[in-house]
Amino acid sequence: MIAELGHFALALAAAVALVQAVVPMLGAARGDGAMMAAAAPAALVQFGVLGIAFAALMHAYITSDFSVLNVIENSHSLKPLLYKVAGTWGNHEGSLLLWVTVLALFGALVAVFGRNLPPSLKARTLSVQALITLGFLVFMLLTSNPFARVFPPPIEGTDLNPLLQDPGLAFHPPMLYVGYVGLSISFSFAVAALIEGKVDAAWARWVRPWTLLAWTFLTAGIALGSWWAYYELGWGGFWYWDPVENASFMPWLAATALLHSAIVVEKRDTLKSWTILLAIIAFGLSLIGTFLVRSGVLTSVHAFASDPDRGIFILLLLVVAIGGSLGLYAWRAPGLQGGGLFRPVSREGALVLNNLLLSAAAATVFVGTLYPLFLEVLTDDKISVGPPYFNLTFTPIMGVLVIALGVGAMLPWKRGDLGAVTRRLTVACVVTAVLMGLAALLYWQRSALAVAGLGMAAWLAAATLTQLWQRVRPTARIGVGEGVRRMAGLPRAAWGMTLAHLGVAVIVAGATGASLLTQETISSGGPGDRFTVGDYAFTLESVDRVAGPNYAAERGTFRVTDAETGDEIATLHGERRRYVAGGQETTEAGIRSDLGGDLYAVLGQPTDDGGWTVRLYRKPLVPWLWIGSGLLVLGGLFSLSDRRLRVGAPRRSGTRAGGVARTQPAE
Amino acid sequence: MIRSLLLALAVVVAALPALAVQPDEMLDDPALERRAREISQDVRCLVCQNQSIDESNADLARDLRVLVRERVKQGDTNQEVRDYLVARYGDYVLLKPPFGLSTLLLWASPALLLLVGALAVFLWFRGRGRASATQAGGAEAALSAEERRRLDRLLAGEDGPEDDGSGRDPGDRRA
Amino acid sequence: MIRSRLIFLIPLVLFLVLAGYFAVQLLSGEDPRAVPSALIDKPAPDFDLPGLYAGEPGFATADLKRGGPVLVNVFASWCVPCRAEHPLLMRLAEEEGATIFGLNYKDKRADAKGFIEELGNPYARIGFDGEGRVAIDWGVYGVPETYVIDGSGRIRYKRVGPLQPRHLEEDILPLLEDLRS
Repeated sequence: MIAELGHFALALAAAVALVQAVVPMLGAARGDGAMMAAAAPAALVQFGVLGIAFAALMHAYITSDFSVLNVIENSHSLKPLLYKVAGTWGNHEGSLLLWVTVLALFGALVAVFGRNLPPSLKARTLSVQALITLGFLVFMLLTSNPFARVFPPPIEGTDLNPLLQDPGLAFHPPMLYVGYVGLSISFSFAVAALIEGKVDAAWARWVRPWTLLAWTFLTAGIALGSWWAYYELGWGGFWYWDPVENASFMPWLAATALLHSAIVVEKRDTLKSWTILLAIIAFGLSLIGTFLVRSGVLTSVHAFASDPDRGIFILLLLVVAIGGSLGLYAWRAPGLQGGGLFRPVSREGALVLNNLLLSAAAATVFVGTLYPLFLEVLTDDKISVGPPYFNLTFTPIMGVLVIALGVGAMLPWKRGDLGAVTRRLTVACVVTAVLMGLAALLYWQRSALAVAGLGMAAWLAAATLTQLWQRVRPTARIGVGEGVRRMAGLPRAAWGMTLAHLGVAVIVAGATGASLLTQETISSGGPGDRFTVGDYAFTLESVDRVAGPNYAAERGTFRVTDAETGDEIATLHGERRRYVAGGQETTEAGIRSDLGGDLYAVLGQPTDDGGWTVRLYRKPLVPWLWIGSGLLVLGGLFSLSDRRLRVGAPRRSGTRAGGVARTQPAE
Repeated sequence: MIRSLLLALAVVVAALPALAVQPDEMLDDPALERRAREISQDVRCLVCQNQSIDESNADLARDLRVLVRERVKQGDTNQEVRDYLVARYGDYVLLKPPFGLSTLLLWASPALLLLVGALAVFLWFRGRGRASATQAGGAEAALSAEERRRLDRLLAGEDGPEDDGSGRDPGDRRA
Repeated sequence: MIRSRLIFLIPLVLFLVLAGYFAVQLLSGEDPRAVPSALIDKPAPDFDLPGLYAGEPGFATADLKRGGPVLVNVFASWCVPCRAEHPLLMRLAEEEGATIFGLNYKDKRADAKGFIEELGNPYARIGFDGEGRVAIDWGVYGVPETYVIDGSGRIRYKRVGPLQPRHLEEDILPLLEDLRS
């Protein structure tokens, strides 16, 4: 019954979406206020109805309703509650339902918080949003109904892939979806602005908080996924350049570029058509990612079940959504004229460089991900593009970005003096040199590249802090105490930027440590055996059998001591689990983190002589990856809280800007 | 469809539990073993997709790891080992695609993209400079630039250069 | 002006090209997991395998160079799809008169013999590759795999995965016909 309710809610949502797509759009074209006003309530109803559908599916999972096909395929009555809930979106149909629900959520948010948007822009934005929702709803209803019933119902389900039964992964998809579906709002704003034919500072100010919100969640989602891979896949990698990872990373890069270019539109009234294009591309890449993951054109470790019919349908959606908006772009964008002039050496210039590098990086990931496909279609040759390619191409681009970021953020708007900025960065240069020297002493033997990576991280951190400090204390006349006091008065957006840029620095350090400085020992032995990893000694104390709720496990207990002094450092538990339902096995690494890095122990398979294979690692700086990601998210939230205060501002500043502009002779 | 999903999951799971290179496969000579690891990290596990044989637990990956070690031990160079595998499995087996005619665009694309982007930015700057010069007469432009500078200074005195969104440059020309 | 308008068309054009590629790839119906053989039109590798049954002759490169086209089928008793395709191999051998060599991959002798006894023997000879080393020389990455070799010992066709009737009708039988004439 509840499943039928869910199915009905989906159909109802499609009808509401149709109304929400058509009526406000017509209203905006005719200047009919009542029709435009229909958009907001429709968006709220839309979200309400899809919320019901989502709740209905979740209910089926929580109550283990095995008359629903989707539940049979992805759940099991023994599964802990958290994973029953997470099972709702741990499959193709359920995750699509989450997709549209998040689409509707963002529509509803705009309906609620966009009260001061011009009525026509708001109506058109919500209408475009509803069009996207409609497309996905039709897709679901025709090809991927999550509420399909089975009769007679089996007694037990086939279980969710145990790898997915993990707290990190339970929340990874919702975060990621809020992120890349959230970019739909920037897209809808961009398309609405193209229809209106007007992009100005006020538009940029409305778009930025939404982009920032989506970006923040996307960042958190990607970081969670990476963290999960790190501790669950059992060899301590954190990024694999798998097509599915790339599918979420490309929108992130584009969204990051969009965040920065929207600043230029907002502050300087230029780069308009580029910013619109980025907004379209950012969401377009999310859609393409969805297509790649679900159509089976690319192979990936974690692609959903592939089905050509679904692929064709999503491709049609792509062509309509991206092709349509790019067509509109080709038609309307030439009319968008930019204003504010600036010199190449200026904050705007730096942001243009940022956009250039981020776009090139995103394009590189795109080419690397899709090149095998192109080549195969053209020549029948089949090649692989794996991590070595991305390390050789993407990483240098990001390196340049990190170095330039240190200088760019210091430049003033419109015209800057590189010499003056360099002088102000003297201290940062010295700090970088000292830290690099230190890193060289420690790590030169192991990896010269690591020294460069750590140097870049140090440089960015030092330059970012210098920028913050110079901001509160631009001249020596201001006392140090006064400078510190002024920090509290800085706008939250300024803190947001500082935190995010520091986050990048910390991530660079973490990535360097994780990929270049890891030490490992792979060996075998039984209880009592001692293994050395760098400066650490791991002793396998015991291997015990333990029982979990829906699995049985072998748990290896490792005692870690200092290899020289023998001081006790940590006790780690690495598990190998076998799940009851499907007989699948997973590994749970035993990890001990501190600021310096991780100790990481994995219990492998039993060996013929009665021992076990063990994999032991010392991974310096790995926690910095998560700390840095946290700083990025925190930076996003800080800026967002600042924006919130300004939700009422656009109209006022719009008139003020207009008023000032009128006094200009050039107008 | 259900079957293909289960199959896909089975492949994923099968590839994971016991991880990658096993101690009994490893060579005694640490230098050779290091080279073998280096090679295997760039060799694709054909059955599990998007994993190197060094990371994969698949049977074939193990066979290939053992094979790589045998060849290394027999004195093959890294390139000879790779060539040996390519002769049997094609370029597909290499995670780092070789330079060649068909991958020229792949390897050149990052540099090409940057170059095209930089050129576009350059042309855009130049175009804008020229457009503004023709729009406003020389003297007027100088005047408004002067005015702008003064306004800048006034605004900069009030608050930092970029902390306040409402501090739009009043000299902006709007379309 | 027109030129600058054209610039704004570039994203659309690039996207349409991309969508075209996606469409071609989707409609081709090709399995993206399938890896083409690097050995097509190359001579079959050098090998010499012992026979599955003690006392019977093994299977070696020389067997492939006897003038007529032959098939090589890689199979194992533990491989479920091999069972599925087995009747087709029987039909090929019995009705079409094709010569098929079996390459028994990473199997146990007893199991493989049981497999043959249960399902019938379509193979002219069966080479036993317990270690799977010869299979690597063939570029085998999944079982079953089926190859067509021409009379001079060159590999002309490779199919990974279980044979289906359409592979026989559309690819293998016409190719055999072609090679015989």
